[in-house]
Amino acid sequence: MEVVYITIGVSIIVAVFFFILFIKSVKSGQYEDIYTPSVRMLFDDELVTPNKKENTEKSTK
Amino acid sequence: MSLKNCFHCGTDCGKKPVEFNDKNFCCNGCKTVYEILNVNELTCYYDLQATPGTIPSDIKGKYNYLENVQIIEKLLEFNDGHTAVVEFFIPSIHCSSCIWVLENLSKLNEGVTTSIVNFPKKLVRITFKTKKTSLKQLVELISSIGYEPYISLEDSEIRNKKEDKTLIYQLSIAAFAFGNIMLLSFPEYFEVDDYWLEKYKYLFRLLMFVMVIPVVFYSGKDYFISAYKGLRHKILNIDVPIALGISVLFIRSSIEIFFDIGSGFFDSLSGLIFFLLLGKFFQQKTYNFLSFERDYKSYFPIAVTSIINNKETNIQVKDVKKGDRLLIRNEELIPVDGILINGNAAIDYSFVTGESIPVIKMSGDKLFAGGKQTSGAIEMEVISSISQSYLTQLWSNDVFNKSEDITIKNITDNISKYFTIAILTIALFAGIFWYFYNASMAFNVVTAVLIIACPCALALSAPFAFGNILRIFGYKKLYLKNAETIENISKIDTIIFDKTGTITSSNKTKLSYLGTELTFEEKSGLKSILRASNHPLSRSLYKFIAIDSYTEKPSEFTEILGKGIISTIHDMNFILGSSNFVEAKTINANETSIHIKINGSYKGYYIFKNSYRDGITKVFESLSKKYKLVILSGDNEGEQAFLENLLPKSIQYQFNQKPENKLDFIKNLQERGAKVMMIGDGLNDAGALAQSNVGISISENVNVFSPACDGILDAKLFIKLPKFLEISNKTIKIIKASFVLSLCYNIVGMYYALNGILTPVVAAILMPLSSISIVIFVTILTNWIAKKDLI
Repeated sequence: MEVVYITIGVSIIVAVFFFILFIKSVKSGQYEDIYTPSVRMLFDDELVTPNKKENTEKSTK
Repeated sequence: MSLKNCFHCGTDCGKKPVEFNDKNFCCNGCKTVYEILNVNELTCYYDLQATPGTIPSDIKGKYNYLENVQIIEKLLEFNDGHTAVVEFFIPSIHCSSCIWVLENLSKLNEGVTTSIVNFPKKLVRITFKTKKTSLKQLVELISSIGYEPYISLEDSEIRNKKEDKTLIYQLSIAAFAFGNIMLLSFPEYFEVDDYWLEKYKYLFRLLMFVMVIPVVFYSGKDYFISAYKGLRHKILNIDVPIALGISVLFIRSSIEIFFDIGSGFFDSLSGLIFFLLLGKFFQQKTYNFLSFERDYKSYFPIAVTSIINNKETNIQVKDVKKGDRLLIRNEELIPVDGILINGNAAIDYSFVTGESIPVIKMSGDKLFAGGKQTSGAIEMEVISSISQSYLTQLWSNDVFNKSEDITIKNITDNISKYFTIAILTIALFAGIFWYFYNASMAFNVVTAVLIIACPCALALSAPFAFGNILRIFGYKKLYLKNAETIENISKIDTIIFDKTGTITSSNKTKLSYLGTELTFEEKSGLKSILRASNHPLSRSLYKFIAIDSYTEKPSEFTEILGKGIISTIHDMNFILGSSNFVEAKTINANETSIHIKINGSYKGYYIFKNSYRDGITKVFESLSKKYKLVILSGDNEGEQAFLENLLPKSIQYQFNQKPENKLDFIKNLQERGAKVMMIGDGLNDAGALAQSNVGISISENVNVFSPACDGILDAKLFIKLPKFLEISNKTIKIIKASFVLSLCYNIVGMYYALNGILTPVVAAILMPLSSISIVIFVTILTNWIAKKDLI
């Protein structure tokens, strides 16, 4: 059962690792604007691509 | 979408829409935006949201000051000579189309590298190449598509103020430790004599101890600091028993594990701090797009056009000196007091007084800072620097410099005084009793009393109740600065109202005609003449007269600045204007009016009056039952008789009040023990709002700035004011009820403590149980009262 030492050790290390990641993400300002990215995500492929196509068509003409 | 609505902004196009590309636009501004977007293939803007736009305002020449190197330097966040970063606050950001078009700025201007929108804060951060474009071009570009940025003195002064994230770190550390300690302490609660458990419990205990250290010394440090400050001011605030509880829990648990007496209370300890911080966090509701700390600096432009040797130069407002000559364009704000030199001045002082009807000034008249020029460009000579202007002097008053007093007693601190004394007495007597009865148990019992009495539930009820109400109010468009405001509202006994802009509606002016009835022809003639005039009063009267004007232009038209119009149409000779210009017999100097004379005979006059808000009588009637009401106005007493008729009899009236008078009036009341709520709107109320116990600012559009205050109320919800006050009062009652409930938990816990049978498992059950049930209790009740009263 000495393995308990290892499992507990590993579990604590994993937990601390994620905790540090969380603190880092807060520090970098990831949670400061939690609304805009959700909208921005919808734009990229749906709306800009047709425009790009038109642009390339024009440039080829 | 109906065809008659503007494709860009959705407003009714009226009779003659501007047509372009088979689409209707309400004005050329909207059409231009469409054109710009169309040419650059950004019309997806309109696919994302129907009629997303706002009408762009006229910006010609307005941003010339952005060529001034010093100003550019102040505004830019970063500049290395090639790339620069700037952040703008754009109040008109309101939908997903806005995000889309602003983030695609690079398509409109090659110099833009990236632009990122922060929607909740209405900010856009633009990175651009300084070689390819300039700050002025950028601002003009985004203004031309209807997103005029807000650039002010204040923004250039305090920037990059980092948000304080300490609480988030403290809370997350406490949460992390709480979860892990719970897991590690769990096995021992089952009290099985398991071989493996016996073997490993020392490791578990050590791990718990390591994890609890940052919780106590980092997450919980504010409680120690606050308790110390309280004690120094001889106040037993709620943090005193909390700090006592935390230290006793920590010391006893440490002793227990190091001397192998027991498993300690580390789980209860970290849980306690976690819940307390959670309450603190919940109470913190900030409205990112609002600011409650604005002073005159945020209203004023950062630069003005100065005329030096007949040349226009842009100088910063703070550099304006006495004797300078300034050029104020249409829609620009007058930054300092001065004397009008030339031009047609119609000054809109709605920022200052709430009065929206422009005041006409003639050359030689004094102009006060804070007014907005509304008809063409004017020239003025400065007579005082910005900080010494009539209006801005107000900010040198002490009220604006007082710092938050940490010793303010809140509802929880009131009860904690008795609470702390009670638990200390109980602990003392229990200690004495057990010392003689069974001395070995004395330490145990005393510490148990202090642990169980740690007022976690007590400390939680107010933050959760206030936090919840704060959110509900915000949802209902009363934005409060912080939770204490609710408590302060419940204490007030006097409510003071400003008149103009507060109880009158500033965007609705009522026009009424007095005198000989005008014939149909006369009215049409009048309207045709008014069409030719650009004067703000003419324009409002033009809109008011509901019949069609003649198609032809007046045959003769002379407009005399500051006086009126002489004009002939259809053989009718009109003289319009102020009473002495028209030589009217009735002189009503107190009212804004247009007098009319046709073919030499005096007909009558149109009066401009602010209309009072809907339901005002009801609001005052229900408030007068509970509060002393005062109307404090900067205007003359012209409308007192009318108001007395409209409102309940008990109201006190104070007219001709200067901004400092308003402040002093409130100070006087407070010295006589009154708790005052001030409801105002303009900058002239700023002193009164700051001096009062609760200052609420009424705003027609909450995105536009309001003076520093404790709360901002959407003007449309003015009639709900009594309800808001009532809910605040009820919230305090709910908190008091929850105090009783949490005391019951303490009594139950005290039974275990006094009998010396408080085990870690009992504490671990009782503590979260009491906390969570209190939170549920106040949340449900506050939701219930808000629902009952506000819908």
